[in-house]
Amino acid sequence: MKKTLKARLAILSDAAKYDASCASSGTSKRDSSASGGLGSTEGSGICHAYAPDGRCSSLLKILMTNFCIYDCAYCINRSSSNVERARFSPEEVVWLTLEFYRRNYIEGLFLSSGIIQGSDYTMEQMVRIARDLRLKHNFRGYIHLKTIPEASARLIEEAGLFADRLSINIELPTDAGVEAFAPQKHPANIRRSMGELKAKIDEASEPTLQTKRRKRFVPAGQTTQMIIGADQASDATILGASAGLYDRYRMRRVYYSAFSPIPDASKALPLIKPPLMREHRLYQADWLYRFYSFGIHEITAARPDGMLDLAVDPKLAWALENRARFPVDINKADKEMLLRVPGFGVKTVTAILNTRRFKRLALDDLARLKVSIKKVQAFIEAAGWTPAKLIDRADLRTMFLPEPVQLSLL
Amino acid sequence: MRVVLRARGDFGEWRDTARGLLAQGVDPRDIDWLSEEAVGQELFPPVPAPRSAAHRVSVPKDFLPLAESLICHSDLARFDLAYRLLWRLQSDKNLLLIKSDPDVERAHALNRSVHRDGHKMHAFVRFKEVPAPGLRRAFVAWFEPDHWIVARNAGFFQRRFTDMDWMIATPKGSIVWDGESVRFCDEPAEQPDIMDDADDLWRTYYANIFNPARLKVKMMQTEMPKKYWKNLPEAVLIPELIVGAEQRVREMAERAASNSAPVFHARLQSRKT
Repeated sequence: MKKTLKARLAILSDAAKYDASCASSGTSKRDSSASGGLGSTEGSGICHAYAPDGRCSSLLKILMTNFCIYDCAYCINRSSSNVERARFSPEEVVWLTLEFYRRNYIEGLFLSSGIIQGSDYTMEQMVRIARDLRLKHNFRGYIHLKTIPEASARLIEEAGLFADRLSINIELPTDAGVEAFAPQKHPANIRRSMGELKAKIDEASEPTLQTKRRKRFVPAGQTTQMIIGADQASDATILGASAGLYDRYRMRRVYYSAFSPIPDASKALPLIKPPLMREHRLYQADWLYRFYSFGIHEITAARPDGMLDLAVDPKLAWALENRARFPVDINKADKEMLLRVPGFGVKTVTAILNTRRFKRLALDDLARLKVSIKKVQAFIEAAGWTPAKLIDRADLRTMFLPEPVQLSLL
Repeated sequence: MRVVLRARGDFGEWRDTARGLLAQGVDPRDIDWLSEEAVGQELFPPVPAPRSAAHRVSVPKDFLPLAESLICHSDLARFDLAYRLLWRLQSDKNLLLIKSDPDVERAHALNRSVHRDGHKMHAFVRFKEVPAPGLRRAFVAWFEPDHWIVARNAGFFQRRFTDMDWMIATPKGSIVWDGESVRFCDEPAEQPDIMDDADDLWRTYYANIFNPARLKVKMMQTEMPKKYWKNLPEAVLIPELIVGAEQRVREMAERAASNSAPVFHARLQSRKT
């Protein structure tokens, strides 16, 4: 007997949760007031719910089907797994998206799929869903499509006309890792797809000669995901791979997904608690690279094994290794150096630069800018404050460590 | 001087009164700002404050949006704070750039909280379908905002849910869209009692997108504080998802990988060789 829609929704959302991305941001601004249709995207995305895993739920994140002809060891949907299988028709995905959207549960659709029959067959079905949402139902919400490896360029191009964002997962930080765990996937082909997509995005961003207008094509760009902790790659290797992806293919985001136990897991992989802290530190390091002008080498140089310090965040770790660069005078230092102070974010630095044109800043001014004085005081000079001795203290690192926690019994 | 603004004291009301007071050079320290909503209808209404829509006051362009949002806050001190900023701006045009000034800092804090409230409204309003007389489908939502933000957020919902009729009812007023215009009503509304079958599908999705191996309850609560839970159809599941998480992960670990793969896997493998 065919499973009910509800039963299939349970299977195909359960199967989709190992994709970390749920972002609905970074796309073009648009709404339905002129078209009289349904949906809008206004700058930043909206998280409509949070699950107890602390993850934002912004898009309806589902698989079209979890049948798959590939056998990737880390994946819940690999062909050798005994998970229950199900499939949605394109009409059902369209219906769920629109009904969920009307009730304001979601910002749009994030559609991925196992590969059935062949790459082009699967991709064709996914493109049809996006096209129907846009053209038949006048839907202006967010659409993120996962592109199927090896799908033909014609289909990717069509997907890009309807989707806000496209992504293809690099899966593991090294080619050797992909070859070992995902025997049917080919890192070189994945990179080629990324390169082709980047070229098409670049091409569409040029105004055409006749109309001087830019073509709408994947306005929220492309992203990718790497699984962390399934293979032996170090943080330095992972971050190096990310930097390459950002620079070469202008990825909007590289997502890191701590490998998490899955039902009926492959024997090739460790069934351990997902390394959530490691994942968190990688995101922090990724941020330092993209928004704080840190080089990857600066972030990972401190430890010979190329791993990030799990006890303190990477910016603080860098500062503790580079004490000669401190203290930083907040009334004089340039923007680049202010951004390197542990405890200062981009917004704080902008506020400091604005405010100091009119007055000299003291510690209580910083407190009003919602800066943690305890965290920054060792690293800065301010009006009436010099931390001369603090920065040389041997136990400076321990001042930042979290309180020891008593071990709990299992 | 005692100034009582009508109803909750909206921005237009405050602006005209503030202009009048500024024209007469009334010092912020001499004004006691109140609203009818806060003090109730008084037996002996105070002498109306001088109002002036005509008097020209020049302010930096950042001030108006800040004051407009500030006046939507539920803190009664908002009127006084907005007037004090206006007063001080007359002699110090750069005041708003000094983010560490206590008045400026406070204004930004209230502004942030009004914005956050609006953002949570965009996120947590849940429409439920109701029978519609015509061709357009109709939906009703109930939301409980902290501040007076309903009217200023109407545009967002109108631009998004254009092809359906809807009403968002709250204890701080309601907005209604019928495809032609948005109407706002100041009166506190009552919570409607409506069931929508789609909520059940949504709960199915919510339960299954949750990964029990990544339990981070505090993180969830920072972003989706408990005060919102009672109006979110999915929130009834939260306690059982948390309690069951550890067991589900343990079961996954204990149940070793099965030795036999599904039939279609064997077929796929044989096709290749």
